[in-house]
Amino acid sequence: MTTTLIAGREIHVDEEGFMTVPAEWTEDLAPLLAKQVGIDELTPDHWVVIRFLRSDFAAEGETATLRRISTNAGVPTKRLFELFPQKPGKKMAYVAGLPKPKGCI
Amino acid sequence: MTTQTAPRIPSFMEKKADRKICFICSKGNLDMAYPALIMANGAVGEGIETHIFFTFWGMDMINRKTMHDLKFTLLGNTAMHPPRRWGISMAQGLGGIPGMTRMATWMLKKQIGAQGVPPVPEFLDLLVESGARLWACKMSVDMMGLKKEDMHDGVEDIINVAEFLEVSEGAQVIFV
Repeated sequence: MTTTLIAGREIHVDEEGFMTVPAEWTEDLAPLLAKQVGIDELTPDHWVVIRFLRSDFAAEGETATLRRISTNAGVPTKRLFELFPQKPGKKMAYVAGLPKPKGCI
Repeated sequence: MTTQTAPRIPSFMEKKADRKICFICSKGNLDMAYPALIMANGAVGEGIETHIFFTFWGMDMINRKTMHDLKFTLLGNTAMHPPRRWGISMAQGLGGIPGMTRMATWMLKKQIGAQGVPPVPEFLDLLVESGARLWACKMSVDMMGLKKEDMHDGVEDIINVAEFLEVSEGAQVIFV
């Protein structure tokens, strides 16, 4: 178990860098985490995704996959790739302070 | 327990050699259509350059007339161990009974749908939206008397073997 310092707070992360204690995440961490994955500014559309991921994780105990986000949060897949380029599933989970998604689709 | 003072960049952001993957879909059965689509979808979501080449019976996956209507049959499939049958397989010969293919197809569609997987035509839309590239085989197109208009909109072009080899240069190629 490793901890890292973000915004002066000690945060628990796994060996890949994903946060392991969802409760340690607060909204003010998201812009800092986003910078680490090459996203300089979080737009309202980013926040729709992040807030959906947080509430869905709280309800389901699992990080939503792209498919689940597009069908349940109403953000089209194409847009998800624009918001979180290249590796959308991992990037959005990282920014939302959640484990990487486990589902296949 | 170790503490790092610098903010940590996640390991998935480490720059690696550009990866490229190419699936060849050569089958038109429902159960043979999904593996490549699911893996391709995963690949494109990992930032991997992804191509799918449709050939021979795989043309049914992109043919507008057939892509909604792929089927699954028990015939020739000895791996039918339905849930709650204690490891007992169904005699594959039962697949020859009229209506059996229809029923098996309906069941498989239902089970795949329950996993959140879209039907084949929508799945192709999704792949194209995500950045995957679809190609049709020239010889199959000629042999089956098809035109580009007969195919799913996401199909970028009809290409021959030489062009396919150019597209797949440097890619990991997976034949289904």
